[in-house]
Amino acid sequence: MTTELGMPSIGVRSGTAGVPHLAEDDPRQTKKEFTSDQEVRWCPGCGDYAILAAVQGFLPELGLKRENTVFVSGIGCSSRFPYYLDTYGMHSIHGRAPAIATGLATSRPDLSVWVVTGDGDALSIGGNHLIHALRRNVNLTILLFNNQIYGLTKGQYSPTSEVGKVTKSTPMGSVDHPFNPVSLALGAEATFVARTTDTDRKHLTEILRAAAEHRGTSLVEIYQNCPIFNDGAFDLIKDRTQQEARIVHLADGEPVAVGPEGDRQVLVRGAGGVMEFVPHAESEGRDVVVHDAGAADPTQAFALSRLDSPQMTHVPMGIFRSVSRPTYDDMVRAQVDAAIDTAGGRPTDADLDALIHGRDTWTVA
Amino acid sequence: MTQTQSSGKSVQRLDRVVIRFAGDSGDGMQLTGDRFTSETAALGNDLSTLPNFPAEIRAPQGTLPGVSSFQLHFADHDVLTPGDAPDVLVAMNPAALKANLRDLPRGATIIANTDEFSKRNLAKVGYDANPLDDGSLESWHVHPVALTSITVEALAAFDTLSRKDKERAKNMFALGLLSWMYHRPTTGTESFLEKKFGSKPDILAANLTALKAGLNYGETTEDFAVSYEIAPAKMAPGTYRNITGNAALALGLVTASHRAGIPLVLGSYPITPASDILHTLSGLKRYGVTTLQAEDEIAGIGAALGASFGGAIGVTTTSGPGVALKSETIGLGVSLELPLVIVDVQRGGPSTGLPTKTEQSDLLQAMFGRNGESPVPIIAPQSPADCFDAALEAVRIATTYRTPVFLLSDGYLANGSEPWSIPSVSELPDLTVEFATEPNDTDDKGEPVFHPYLRDEATLARPWAIPGTPGLEHRIGGIEKANVTGNISYDPDNHDLMTRLRAAKVERIADTIGDLEVDDPSGEATVLVLGWGSTYGPIAAAARSVRNTGAQVARAHLRHLNPFPANTGEVLRRYDKVLVPEMNMGQLAMLLRAKFLVDVHSFTQVRGLPFTTVELADAIVSLASGADTLAPDSKATDTVAAKGGHA
Ligand SMILES: Cc1ncc(C[n+]2csc(CCOP(=O)(O)OP(=O)(O)O)c2C)c(N)n1
Ligand code: SF4
Ligand SMILES: [Mg+2]
Repeated sequence: MTTELGMPSIGVRSGTAGVPHLAEDDPRQTKKEFTSDQEVRWCPGCGDYAILAAVQGFLPELGLKRENTVFVSGIGCSSRFPYYLDTYGMHSIHGRAPAIATGLATSRPDLSVWVVTGDGDALSIGGNHLIHALRRNVNLTILLFNNQIYGLTKGQYSPTSEVGKVTKSTPMGSVDHPFNPVSLALGAEATFVARTTDTDRKHLTEILRAAAEHRGTSLVEIYQNCPIFNDGAFDLIKDRTQQEARIVHLADGEPVAVGPEGDRQVLVRGAGGVMEFVPHAESEGRDVVVHDAGAADPTQAFALSRLDSPQMTHVPMGIFRSVSRPTYDDMVRAQVDAAIDTAGGRPTDADLDALIHGRDTWTVA
Repeated sequence: MTQTQSSGKSVQRLDRVVIRFAGDSGDGMQLTGDRFTSETAALGNDLSTLPNFPAEIRAPQGTLPGVSSFQLHFADHDVLTPGDAPDVLVAMNPAALKANLRDLPRGATIIANTDEFSKRNLAKVGYDANPLDDGSLESWHVHPVALTSITVEALAAFDTLSRKDKERAKNMFALGLLSWMYHRPTTGTESFLEKKFGSKPDILAANLTALKAGLNYGETTEDFAVSYEIAPAKMAPGTYRNITGNAALALGLVTASHRAGIPLVLGSYPITPASDILHTLSGLKRYGVTTLQAEDEIAGIGAALGASFGGAIGVTTTSGPGVALKSETIGLGVSLELPLVIVDVQRGGPSTGLPTKTEQSDLLQAMFGRNGESPVPIIAPQSPADCFDAALEAVRIATTYRTPVFLLSDGYLANGSEPWSIPSVSELPDLTVEFATEPNDTDDKGEPVFHPYLRDEATLARPWAIPGTPGLEHRIGGIEKANVTGNISYDPDNHDLMTRLRAAKVERIADTIGDLEVDDPSGEATVLVLGWGSTYGPIAAAARSVRNTGAQVARAHLRHLNPFPANTGEVLRRYDKVLVPEMNMGQLAMLLRAKFLVDVHSFTQVRGLPFTTVELADAIVSLASGADTLAPDSKATDTVAAKGGHA
């Protein structure tokens, strides 16, 4: 298998370029090979199972040497993820996985580095590291499992919980205004931002494919159900009768639209740039919003992320943004390589001797 | 010994001199001091320096808080400290005079820039009358020199330069004058200026002219009748350079990475007084060094730990407040059992404390500042140049024992400098690292497997199997792991075992560090002075001065603070009394008492400055003669309390 995954990557290096791939004649990898011998310990019905199955099923498709794949996580139910994959992995500390992964990815271009994090891990305690990884554009794929709750600590509200949420720590309802992770990532000028859900295996896999292919930091928000502490948080968009009217499937180059055939609503730009959905018939002659994931300016992608609301009237899903920008780790390595090349190759003992001598020496006989 | 020169001026021979350059933060005193130091090093004197500057980049001009100084002690014999008290003070303004006068013994020389002693400037620092005129400096040799105006005059021909630019060259005039006084060669400074101002020919010429003018001024004015010679020190044969602690540390880290055969990855966040290590390493990419300036201290150490997981030597550099932020990640490193070097250039605390001043008050933070039983080896350099060796030792311990290691430098070591006998890189310890490449165990069915927590019998270190190694895929994390397999384990006995194994592993380091050596020439001393870190110089100087009076004192210095050398308890018990001087409130003393049940005498100060030789010598003498309390700090609180207190 080669690195070409059919993504629009002409002239752009793939996210897995530089990572050793299996040879043509190597046997194909299986999901089983990516499954560790550890017993999975999430609660029955937890959305994390479906995500794990999708990732284990997808990884063989990349055709990377398994030993060159690394999963780094923080702390939370979701962050137990690496234990269940038979790759290299580190279950680190709360919120810090993006920082740790930055050091690893920067020093090892031959690794495919993934971060698994939760809404609390990524957006509360680790918010700083997340936005800095995104702005730097380190070649990482970040899977943010958003269950809108702190699962591991037994159900406190999280930075993505809706205002008014009643939890153990908010008996009268939460007064915290939530983050929209996609808006946040776009605000940090992330180069790849997508949203998907735990239960839509096909969509999830497509997004994983695009995220892995992207060179730079890919942020994938995955809506994940926590049946124990926040059950049904995403029911409105999972319910077959409701979802068609609510999920806005983002398709690059296509008008942004929602709703079933026959009751199609199309997104148009009205006076003052304000966007609104109008019935398909009324969109004739209007300024229809066409999705452009590759637009250099993240403004429209950001506007799309704002269609979202806690009421889930309209929830955009798919790839909001996918643009190419030099990655931090490639540039850091390029500077080191250039410095080594200019100096004539790897340093020898004599080079080190010269370095520590400096300019001003004197000799005592 | 006095000779007479052709100019009719006499030359006196001295064995040692302490000079302090003091001025406004903007006067270029650090640069002047650095240049004088280089000239002195080139001449072969032994030396030690102490820069002392405010935390503010430019505190209001001419005020006491804005005073920046640089002290240099040089001699024809080995120099252990930057000197207790200056023989010469160069005071560029009234603030510099006022701030430094109390350190100046009667009879010392003051060279004062009279141009700055205006009514306004005098008033700024509370002088009612000009001390240069009112007789209050009678007990000192005062040389009033109109440094600014003479410099401006010397540069009269430079019409492209503003008056401000010309005034700025006054530090070079002062350097020229001092270079004349102490027979320092200025060729090094000339080439330094050529490099610095190469692209600005008129500024370069002005600085060179000012330097020359200073030399000529000394030569011709009658006010300076004597100049001084200090013969080169007898130093061991070798090639030397002058080096600060931060520079030595950076070079030590790069050299260690070279000797280990693995790349150096620094994750750091700027903080005084550690930033220069980040700066230096950032310029050493040619040696395969990667530096990441992270978004905060936590990310800095996180990136370093991530790099260590990937097979690099991960390093993070910081000061006390940064260590506080890194604690959780250090604990993770303890649990993951991965190499990691944490450099803490200590400064005055708590909180922001005294950012530019020195202190040794992070020892207990390094030792205990984490949740859980979380042992971390600690080492400390004893002098600026020794930071090089300490860096190699930190990397050795980290990579051999797969553990985070604390290296405790401090502000005095970081910015202070001394001559360094440069080692030959190929003769330094071999730090070659070996990664695991194959399964190290068999499972129940006899199949080969890799067990990430199967330990080396001698060191108790676990294998370092880096991503990219086929067949050794494994997961590690901060949750307690079963010994051998590394799988998550909440088993009570396993946790007890793992806690003891992690502690035993750190204790095992004592097998490879050698004994604590005692300097007790007569073998008859009853008092031992035991120090750690940057107090080495002051303690050695104090011991020397005590011995010069015919009394005896023994001396030992700890490089390893955790674990202690195996014979430490025995050494402590060998002496009737043990004096432990520290720039903190007695942190090492607390550890020694707890571990060895020896009632050591703690002697402490936290003034942001190194101990003086005199105060340490006095403490030794009074302990030897039977005194039992030695706390200058408690005396200080008593007086403050008696005065009604404003501490
Ligand atoms: C420094 C630190 N603070 C607090 C915790 C406790 N803690 C563990 S997980 C967690 C929140 C996890 O929420 P989220 O990231 O959403 O993960 P989830 O369990 O929902 O997957 C908290 C507060 C911790 N482990 N470490
Ligand atoms: S608490 Fe919620 S998120 Fe955590 S494992 Fe259980 S169901 Fe999943
Ligand atoms: Mg959560």
